[in-house]
Amino acid sequence: MKALRKYLDKIKPHFEEGGKFGMFRSVFEGFETFLFVPNETAKSGVHIHDNMDAKRTMTAVIIALVPALLFGMFNTGYQHYLAIGTEAGFCEMFLFGFLAVAPIIIVSYIVGLGIEFIVAQWKKEEIQEGFLVSGILIPLIVPVDTPLWMIAVATAFAVIFAKEVFGGTGYNIFNVALVTRAFLFFSYPACMSGDQVFVRTGTTFGLGGGRIVDGFSGATPLGQINVAPSDGSFQAMNSLGHPLSLWDMFLGLIPGSIGETSTLAILIGAVILLFTGVASWKTMISVFVGGIAAALLFNLVGTTAVMQASPWEHICLGGFAFGAVFMATDPVTSARTEKGKYIFGLLVGMLAIAIRALNPGYPEGMMLAILLMNIFAPLIDYYVVQRNILRRMKRAGNYKL
Amino acid sequence: MGFLSSKNKSILAGPLSKNNPVIIQMLGICSALAVTSKLEPSIVMAASVTIVVAFANVIISLLRNTIPNRIRIIVQLVVVAALVTIVSEVLKAFAYDVNKQLSVFVGLIITNCILMGRLEAFALGNGPWASFLDGIGNGLGYGIILIIIGFFRELFGSGTLLGYQVIPKICYDLGYVNNGLMILPPMALIVVSIIIWVHRSRNKELQEK
Repeated sequence: MKALRKYLDKIKPHFEEGGKFGMFRSVFEGFETFLFVPNETAKSGVHIHDNMDAKRTMTAVIIALVPALLFGMFNTGYQHYLAIGTEAGFCEMFLFGFLAVAPIIIVSYIVGLGIEFIVAQWKKEEIQEGFLVSGILIPLIVPVDTPLWMIAVATAFAVIFAKEVFGGTGYNIFNVALVTRAFLFFSYPACMSGDQVFVRTGTTFGLGGGRIVDGFSGATPLGQINVAPSDGSFQAMNSLGHPLSLWDMFLGLIPGSIGETSTLAILIGAVILLFTGVASWKTMISVFVGGIAAALLFNLVGTTAVMQASPWEHICLGGFAFGAVFMATDPVTSARTEKGKYIFGLLVGMLAIAIRALNPGYPEGMMLAILLMNIFAPLIDYYVVQRNILRRMKRAGNYKL
Repeated sequence: MGFLSSKNKSILAGPLSKNNPVIIQMLGICSALAVTSKLEPSIVMAASVTIVVAFANVIISLLRNTIPNRIRIIVQLVVVAALVTIVSEVLKAFAYDVNKQLSVFVGLIITNCILMGRLEAFALGNGPWASFLDGIGNGLGYGIILIIIGFFRELFGSGTLLGYQVIPKICYDLGYVNNGLMILPPMALIVVSIIIWVHRSRNKELQEK
């Protein structure tokens, strides 16, 4: 660590204004503060500095995402070898998944960080660290067979139009990763839904591949439930037609977007997020409560297979848990007041299940529910604050109706 | 006053850029989102609006001293409705397919804010020739934006221009896919915003503080 610090100090003058690499000033600054907590202090007034600055917070989120990412890689390989009916060891499956997922991560980071670096250099600002998390979230919420150029286009669109035009990290109204997914979903629906995209059946860098076994179907359980008959006989199948238990869904050995299948891995991430205090437990819990409540409510109606699904299935399937833990708790786009977090979370959970149950066009509702509530988060905050002002004025006795 | 004095020139040219009805005054956004998924209906819509604005301006300008102030909106509506009906019938007769694509939006030219805005703000206080130029200018200013939006939406949304395949087939073979979002109205709004962005960054004096 000391050697690295010394090296950075040695090359720093080259990156100052007018130095040899002056044009890469912001890039250097970004890497330096990423590696080391900056030791600059505020010059005026009294400030309390928390060691957890934005870059350290982002790092905590990335660490929390690692279980989901690793499991996603394994599951990509697992689903592939299941589809071609070949026995494969753990390492082989993981390697296949790693090679399939790594290009998506690289593309998302190069495009997103590239735009951030250009904008920072152009506006003569520091590089904002927001994309560190978005860049890893984007690969986790897309199907494995999404073409890389689409991810590049969507990432560029989201970073420019969902973040930079609003003023950069911390000013965005919408979750950047979800805007990326929404752009992909509406622009290229054939590549983002259906039963062809969630399981890679071709080769990856020459690895894997082979004849797909008979009776293969790459539909996700949510996709299946969406078209299932409503006589209560629905049973989620894996891609070979074997029934899936709730435990399989919880572990995540099901087709789906790369990082969102395993509720277990996501819960490990949730524990890390809550332990480090990065995410709000209020938002997280209330999303789950809202989802369970809405699912129970639809159980009472129960006219379609989706409505009949138990709350536990709803939570374990699709992106519900992932959205609740990593997307809804985004400190920038969710409600900031403490009471507002409950309202925000409850509505996200309820809307997600409502979209699943009521709109046959969208088997999954989490993305749209969170994006919709992102719009309302400032409004919720406003009314929570106004209510508090009103209450205190009443208590002080100088409020007249 | 000459037919194309400098004042008249500015009446004609102002709405094309610095005083554009769509990207400066934010009028007529609704139809700009609705009819621009293809280039052809955009052009037809632009032409229709230009004709209606120009002639409505002339007629109202000629009548301006005889219209009682209290019923002027009704009179304006009657004039506009008559012109829109004529345009609509002509389109039905000679360009039936485009007319079907435009559907209600030809009839809805009546409610286009640009029309009432120009009649109220300009034709009621100016002579017929100046009003005619004002109508042409505003119609073209609206039309330019529509055509730009239609161009990009059709190019990226369908890969065609005026119905002809523009993006070569080899791109599709290599994995290119048309952008479905471009055909949906939200993307039209984003294209409008990009036009505004480019326009304001080229004309610094238009930037709001």
